[in-house]
Amino acid sequence: MEPSTLTALWALMRRDLTLAYRHRSELLNPLLFFVIVVSLFPLGISPEAKTLQTVAPGVVWVAALLANLLSLDLMFRTDFEDGTLERFLLSPHPLPLLVLAKTAAHWIVVALPMIVFAPVLGQLMFLRPDAYWALLATLILGTPVLSLIGGIGMGLTVGLRRGGVLLSLLILPLYVPVLIFGATAVDAAGAGLDVSGHLSFLGALLLLAITLAPLATSAALRVSLS
Amino acid sequence: MSNPSPDPVLEAEDLECIRGDRVLFRSLSFRVEAGTILLVEGPNGSGKTSLLRMACGLSQPSTGAIRWRGENLRRGADRFYSELSYVGHSPGIKADLTPIENLRFDQSLAGGRADLCDILNRMGLGRFMDTPCRFLSAGQRRRVALARLQACPATVWILDEPFTAIDHEGVADLTRVMAEHARSGGLLLLTTHQAVDFDSCEVQTLRLGQ
Repeated sequence: MEPSTLTALWALMRRDLTLAYRHRSELLNPLLFFVIVVSLFPLGISPEAKTLQTVAPGVVWVAALLANLLSLDLMFRTDFEDGTLERFLLSPHPLPLLVLAKTAAHWIVVALPMIVFAPVLGQLMFLRPDAYWALLATLILGTPVLSLIGGIGMGLTVGLRRGGVLLSLLILPLYVPVLIFGATAVDAAGAGLDVSGHLSFLGALLLLAITLAPLATSAALRVSLS
Repeated sequence: MSNPSPDPVLEAEDLECIRGDRVLFRSLSFRVEAGTILLVEGPNGSGKTSLLRMACGLSQPSTGAIRWRGENLRRGADRFYSELSYVGHSPGIKADLTPIENLRFDQSLAGGRADLCDILNRMGLGRFMDTPCRFLSAGQRRRVALARLQACPATVWILDEPFTAIDHEGVADLTRVMAEHARSGGLLLLTTHQAVDFDSCEVQTLRLGQ
């Protein structure tokens, strides 16, 4: 009686979401970080609408990126520590698909709340009205790429006791293209320009990350656990 | 693979394991057939855990090969994994899920439709079915991990120190389950420091660290 892979993926995602729900307070951390970092800018720079407006797209995007980076530990760390990660490697299902299911759960838990909150922060930063939809669109396309790439770094460093700094060094350069296209698209939309090019590029990055990142993450996990 | 599957035999040939600059074992070979229990013995640090991790393909030997049904694990082990249950040092259960949730997840990952309440009752965990595992004792958690063996059907059981933290009665129950598994055509690889009696089963012993 072979268990179907689809059932396994669904069960894995549901398990991760259940675990996340039982650790609600821990989950709020990335969202809180996101909100706090953005809300410090009006205090630190100037409350003037004009100044904030120019930096708004970049600030929101950088905060989202850093919040994502901080939350990567949630993805594999506890599974590594309690031995469940070994069991994924020893299951008859393709590891890249299991990784994809875990990443999807991670995205739902970490990035989705940030996307929901982003318009409020846009308001705080006096984001131009035309730019709201672009902010949402770029976050929806861009944050999954961040989670997928982050998974590779997490897979490589999960076996190390203090992998935090190394993880940032490994991952941040790969986050840069997403940041550039995300922030400039929001900026351009605010100025009334066409942003379909930016969005297409982000979409292409997303497709590339969905197809390749889980393979790289699986290989990294196998190395980390051997 | 459509060719008739060869006999369920786990073979290791000429294995070598190096940790750091120390050779743990060298030119180690064994062959476990259906209905046989392989007991791996040896002092601490002699490479028992390393050997078991190699046997299930988690780590690769520096030389030699491991074959399941005649097929090298290095080249795709999906078929082996659908017939394997492994309980390692860390129990592999989630502390925030209840025993029954843990086992239900195991079943959707590895297959199996056995009645979980029944299994947990037999493992002496009937009263704790809905208690998150973090409130259970070390021995009870190990029992949850071992309950997986009965929840998910598998031919090969690879168990690393399965009796740690388990009381005498539990050890007796578990050896009975293991002997039953061997009698019904299963294979077992296990390490333990306890003297256990698998009545009338064929037990091979492999001593490491000599």
